[in-house]
Amino acid sequence: MSKTRRISCLAAAASAIALAATGCGAPDEGESDRGAVPDDATDCANYEQYGDLKGQTVSILGSIRDTEADEMMEAWSYFESCTGAKVDYEGSGEFESDMKVRVDGGNAPDIALFPQPGLMANFKDDLVPASEEVTKLATEGWTEDWLNYGTIDGTLYAAPNSSNAKSFIWYSPAFFNDNGYEIPTTWDDLIALSDQIAADGVMPWCVGFESGGATGWPGTDWIEDIVLREGTDLYDQWVTHEIPFNDPRIVAAIDKAGSILKNESYVYNGTDTISSTAFQEAGYPLLDGQCAMHRQASFYGAMWPAETNVAEDGDVFAFRFPEAKEGDNTMLVGGEFVAAFSDSEATEAMRQFLASELYHGARLQTGPWSTARQGVDPSKATTPINEFATEILTDPDVTVRFDGSDLMPGEVGASSFWTGIVQWVDGDKDSQQMADDIEASWP
Amino acid sequence: MDISDLTARFGLLAVGLVAFAAILLALYGLAELASRRDRSRVVATVFLAPAVIFLLVGLVYPAVRTVVMSVFNGDGTEFVGFDNYAWAVTNPDALRTIVNTALWIIVVPLVSTAIGLVYAVLIDGRRGERTYKALVFLPMGISFVGASIIWKFVYQYTASGEQIGLLNQVRTWFGADPVNWLNTAILNNFLLMVVLVWIEVGFATVVLSAALKGVPTEIIEAARIDGARPAQIFWNVTVPSIRSAIIVVAVTVFIATLKLFDIVRAMTGGHHGTDVLAHNMWDQAFRLGNDGRGATMAVLLFLLVIPVVIYQVRNMRRQELEAR
Amino acid sequence: MSTETQAPEQRAIGESRGDRIRRVLTSRVASIVALLIAVLWTVPTAGLFISSLRPEDDIRASGWWTVFTNPTFTLDTYNYVLYSDSQGGGLIRNLVNTVVITIPGVIVPVAFAAMAAYALSWINFRGRNFLYIAIFALQVVPLQMALIPLLSFFSQGLHIGDVTIMPSWELEGVNTIVQVWIAHSIFGLPLAIFLLHNFMRELPGDVMEAARIDGASHSQIFRKVVLPLVTPAIASIAIFQFLWVWNDFLVGRTFGGGEATRPLTAVLGDMAGTWGFGWTRLPAAAFIAIIVPLVVFLLLQRYFVRGLLAGSVKG
Repeated sequence: MSKTRRISCLAAAASAIALAATGCGAPDEGESDRGAVPDDATDCANYEQYGDLKGQTVSILGSIRDTEADEMMEAWSYFESCTGAKVDYEGSGEFESDMKVRVDGGNAPDIALFPQPGLMANFKDDLVPASEEVTKLATEGWTEDWLNYGTIDGTLYAAPNSSNAKSFIWYSPAFFNDNGYEIPTTWDDLIALSDQIAADGVMPWCVGFESGGATGWPGTDWIEDIVLREGTDLYDQWVTHEIPFNDPRIVAAIDKAGSILKNESYVYNGTDTISSTAFQEAGYPLLDGQCAMHRQASFYGAMWPAETNVAEDGDVFAFRFPEAKEGDNTMLVGGEFVAAFSDSEATEAMRQFLASELYHGARLQTGPWSTARQGVDPSKATTPINEFATEILTDPDVTVRFDGSDLMPGEVGASSFWTGIVQWVDGDKDSQQMADDIEASWP
Repeated sequence: MDISDLTARFGLLAVGLVAFAAILLALYGLAELASRRDRSRVVATVFLAPAVIFLLVGLVYPAVRTVVMSVFNGDGTEFVGFDNYAWAVTNPDALRTIVNTALWIIVVPLVSTAIGLVYAVLIDGRRGERTYKALVFLPMGISFVGASIIWKFVYQYTASGEQIGLLNQVRTWFGADPVNWLNTAILNNFLLMVVLVWIEVGFATVVLSAALKGVPTEIIEAARIDGARPAQIFWNVTVPSIRSAIIVVAVTVFIATLKLFDIVRAMTGGHHGTDVLAHNMWDQAFRLGNDGRGATMAVLLFLLVIPVVIYQVRNMRRQELEAR
Repeated sequence: MSTETQAPEQRAIGESRGDRIRRVLTSRVASIVALLIAVLWTVPTAGLFISSLRPEDDIRASGWWTVFTNPTFTLDTYNYVLYSDSQGGGLIRNLVNTVVITIPGVIVPVAFAAMAAYALSWINFRGRNFLYIAIFALQVVPLQMALIPLLSFFSQGLHIGDVTIMPSWELEGVNTIVQVWIAHSIFGLPLAIFLLHNFMRELPGDVMEAARIDGASHSQIFRKVVLPLVTPAIASIAIFQFLWVWNDFLVGRTFGGGEATRPLTAVLGDMAGTWGFGWTRLPAAAFIAIIVPLVVFLLLQRYFVRGLLAGSVKG
């Protein structure tokens, strides 16, 4: 999520209009369920286990801001009123640097919501490991794939907060229906479909990597999706640098992405516009049938123009990024991890609460959100796309891997990978050169 | 905003001010006691103590710590000698940062001083001089962050549809395609420099304009009588007579440029080849979590300013001598 | 004297027609260039101001220059950013923070700097020059590097080994503003001492000598002789420091605690660096942050300039 959250709304530095049209992050209006918090979440009897925390304060720092922060705090408000604890939340636009300054300065928040597991691991010495109780809740709540990302050197430190599905391809159900296109389930199907759409006179793909200072990150997701489907082991070795970034298999994956992204007969407006098309508005031509598919994470559901009907039978919806090998069932994900810097009574209670089914169930209903917490009812999500995402995320059969650029060191995942992919898509570098340069930047 | 918010804040202000007044009184009392016994060393100590303590804690110690950190690795656990420095002069991104900084410290002082000088000369003695000066001086009062916001609206880019950035609108009026200014490498560096120049020209204008008033009109008149053209007067009479003021302006702008952080942070975040030392050291240390490299960049920054400090110290020495 | 009065006449006689045309032309070109610079320098700020008065939907849809054909103005955005309880609103609180931060943030360093500058200029002691040069050189320490050590000083106190020299400050809520005062005082000192020293050195030594012969102590001389003489200088340095503190982003962000206790620019920086979906509120928010220093600056320009000149031209 990290980049995505920060960026989704924010780093639109050079692309104000995109935001303008999207109302970025603002939920669609007219959601009937919105704010309808389940009864058990408002019942103080369910909070008795946390004890009386009157007069205690928990400070929480995260990267979540704006409306989404309000919705999150609404889900926390019953915890506050029932236990008497005060939750002091601060959403930062510069989460990484704020964390660094505050932890090194001895002024860490009680709890931090880390969007990047890699960043969290940097603070290992200051973190409080998960208590027995939190570990129990986490193990019953999340699959092993997820808990691995909250584990450092064999010790569990954090359970996830929100989760989102990144391997999504957006399409127009009506357009597919009218033309008799089928949703592809393998890479070969995807290419065959792209060829067919192109032959029918429509550009199959809409692509845009522009995101102000963070331009390029949507491209990194493309590469990650493809590497992940070449093999989860390969993916793990790649993000942990057990194999170099310019390993031939990675270069091949980049070339594979190039078969779509660098294909002049595939990309709407031409491949040379990719790096300057704002990612927020990149999918819009889909709405008037000018292109057929757009790869972007589940959170893109909130970025369509306000009047768009985002549903399986509506204007736009998403299908899962196809597998390279039949029988695979993978999903690239993002999310935040709840790590603690304090072992106070209220902090511990808050950690337990944040790992509980009670909270995840309530949060699902206070606004557009998705989670991987077992036991929640996906159909309670406020939008169809979040329901779809939550269904996949809570399915134990799905192999999930976290967004690789959030696991790589910042020099790569939040810098050279971005610039590399931009130079690559602009045609300034070929796949080998791009991979060599990124490998050279690995600290 | 509740009344309680207000009283809490202004209450704190009142307490703070009273406490500060008490500290001052105590210091004066001490100084007075020492003065009566004619102990000027003690008096000097009392007068200097608050400033020196503040500076030791807040600047000297951090500076020493930074130098030490620069010879350690990213998380400060291992001594690495000059590895970080080797990285700074070999890594392409780090080199790019150093080259960009070099560009900034050449271009910004030069351009700001030049425009300020030309403008000061042009408006000298003109009707409405004060207004002219005030208009250009205004940006000096605006924060770097505020200035960045202002200029973002100038450089704003939209891939399609109506432009809301002034520069791209002007381009489209002339039938050209809009440009994604801040993402266009090399050029974007100069566009960021424009923001700082915009701020510093006011400073240059005011100082140089005041210096111009000090140039005796007789000299200029004499040159004019001798048939010198305005350009000749400018180069041969005006510029030499305000030479020292020009140097002061250039040096001041130079230091401000070297320390520049906010504009890069707010406008590009140092991406797309726009990083400079003062921003990169922050980025390395705080965003990328590499203390050693961040400290190294900071030390390089110190090193760049040392010639200026030496120059200033020499100046001071000379003035001391002249005064005697 | 006589030559002076004759000068214009002589020139008029000596000037050929071509020269005169050239002179008129240069002055016209000069006017145009001056006007052009003045306009170029004003347009961006004016654009922001106009934007801040436009309805948010208009800001999204078109550039500020379209107001000349389609003028619609509203104060709603100002109302929202200052007083709304929702996200991106309530800046009035941060504005108050800025005021509360700025007043001591100016008074403390200027007072301490005046004392230090006096000692450095008029009290004889060994190592004086070295100390002055050292303080001057500290101007170049990038304050980014001082953030973490200083923050840890506040939050953990000062220890040498197991010995606690200063306990943790334990500041919370509004009280975190105290940290911002101290941080600003520290970072403002080198320049203030440098400038004030330049002024005080200029004072006539015989006045000081006379006072000392009359039996005045150093602290008396400082209060009764030096301070009144350097009041204009102090005013100009105070304006300098005021602008710096009011416009600061990094110090307020780092030491100012949470959003509720941060100064305006620090909050604005967050909005600016990220452009959340409320980016259309930025012009109004930015203008609120800009307007106070601008007014102060324009009103007190004269003192400010005097300070700049005396400080820098001497240095």
